[in-house]
Amino acid sequence: MNYFIQQLINGITLGSIYGLIAIGYTMVYGIIGMINFAHGDVFMVGAFVSLITIIIFGITGTSSVAVGIGVLILVAAISMVIAGIYGWTIERLAYRPLRGSFRLAPLITAIGVSIFLQNFIQATQGARVKPLQAIISGGFTILEGNDFVVRVTYMQILIVVLTFLLMTGFTYLISKTSLGRAQRACEQDMKMAMLLGIDVNTTISTTFVIGAALAAVAGLMYLLYYGVIDFYIGFSAGIKAFTAAVLGGVGSLPGAMLGGLVIGLIEVFFAAYFSSEYKDVAAFSMLIVVLIFMPQGLLGRPEIEKV
Amino acid sequence: MTQNLLAVRGVETFYGRNQALYGIDMDVNEGEIVTMIGANGAGKSTLMMAICGVNRAVRGSVTFAGKPIHEMPTHEIIRLGISQSPEGRRIFPRMSVYENLQMGAVTIDPKYFADDLARMYALFPILEKRHAQRAGTLSGGEQQMLAIGRALMARPRLLLLDEPSLGLAPLVAKTIFDTLRELNQSQGLTVFLVEQNAYHALRLASRGYVMVNGRITLSGTGSELLNHPEVGAAYLGGSGH
Ligand SMILES: Nc1ncnc2c1ncn2[C@@H]1O[C@H](COP(=O)(O)OP(=O)(O)O)[C@@H](O)[C@H]1O
Ligand SMILES: [Mg+2]
Repeated sequence: MNYFIQQLINGITLGSIYGLIAIGYTMVYGIIGMINFAHGDVFMVGAFVSLITIIIFGITGTSSVAVGIGVLILVAAISMVIAGIYGWTIERLAYRPLRGSFRLAPLITAIGVSIFLQNFIQATQGARVKPLQAIISGGFTILEGNDFVVRVTYMQILIVVLTFLLMTGFTYLISKTSLGRAQRACEQDMKMAMLLGIDVNTTISTTFVIGAALAAVAGLMYLLYYGVIDFYIGFSAGIKAFTAAVLGGVGSLPGAMLGGLVIGLIEVFFAAYFSSEYKDVAAFSMLIVVLIFMPQGLLGRPEIEKV
Repeated sequence: MTQNLLAVRGVETFYGRNQALYGIDMDVNEGEIVTMIGANGAGKSTLMMAICGVNRAVRGSVTFAGKPIHEMPTHEIIRLGISQSPEGRRIFPRMSVYENLQMGAVTIDPKYFADDLARMYALFPILEKRHAQRAGTLSGGEQQMLAIGRALMARPRLLLLDEPSLGLAPLVAKTIFDTLRELNQSQGLTVFLVEQNAYHALRLASRGYVMVNGRITLSGTGSELLNHPEVGAAYLGGSGH
């Protein structure tokens, strides 16, 4: 039982990371109907920017959790800005010129952008795995049985709390601000949004920037949680987050978060009870199963709508 | 000097290779209600969208308040003071009535919003009653009122209305036409109205045009067109007035 609770905690932590990445897939799909396959690599870039920032600032393990958190928020902010610039540039250079062309064109370009980013980071940062020593270590025991001790690390708490705060802020942005309304308007009827004076190009750019910034925070979390990154982490994390978006219902924001949690839990439990070698297989099989049996996802809306 | 608020000159548009509009010339003056009537597929909606820059005029020009607008992006044209309630209403179905009205006012200084909203609710009380309801669940007539209300929230100098009476019960359509007349007389609202419902449109409008297969074939005052034999035969037959 204790073992189970420990896996639950680990799964929720991992799921938070996937959920943050999944938001970017689902938002872009909602607004321009395109799957941005380069999004996982923007997450990877976010992880690298975080690592470089940490190294430049010479941040090392600190005994004070408060100082550690403060420093990490600064790193997160820098990483969000730089990843946001990547997101903006990718949309502007690679996707916008293809808007209105046949459906497959931006998809193929996205795969191209993904390969480019991987190679760019490999060429500039090297192919080897990059380690980082723990910045926030420690934790506490929440359950002590005779067979197994359940521990929560400070890092796990930080990841879940930060994800919760970001999601709350993001939900407010989408549901209550004029920017969020413009985004929902473009998602529901882009031509009409234009006819009301919305600059659709700016709205789409903003969507890419927000998605990239959230992925950058996920990249930082991944770096801190696993302590190692390489130029290839965007591929599997990207596919898992994409699976999360599809599972939650592509286009649905709460769905992306829920899907992220489910995928995180599936991966962790599969590794714990079956095989950690094949944990990726579990997540990828999930993608196939969802696509075949419930393409509309958990919280997706049916295509039929009253008009 | 009297200047046309809207001047369309020689506009031609295409869908792919198919030409939809041929050398369209028309004007709307400040304070007028002008209507364009024509059968289904004549090109009326295409013209509305060409004015707003959604369909591009390949030849010809569109001038608004003395400014050429046919090469401007749509959102900039709208910000000059043109507002369209398009064919099919196109309200945002998954937003509330209130949010739809907020969307109408995106180009307007927020300090006017509360007053404008109160005026819209006074004009269409049903919108106030339904303010928190998802717009996609409104009835057809309510959606039409919302679409017009949303267009009015932009404080337009020129309101474009594409078939506001389509699919509505005659009584609801009459309410909408009465509202337009009232806004025109009390506030000088300038309206360009596209209709298949020719009788009511021509009664309401000071001037009108007839469009056939992408060309303007007739123009004149509302009463001239109402009494024109061609109009009578083609567009008023069986309307039972
Ligand atoms: N999106 C489109 N693509 C291709 N042809 C179109 C499109 N919209 C309208 N048309 C064609 O253009 C012509 C004019 O249509 P429209 O402007 O909608 O007419 P109206 O509003 O007068 O009923 C019609 O022949 C119609 O089939
Ligand atoms: Mg039409």
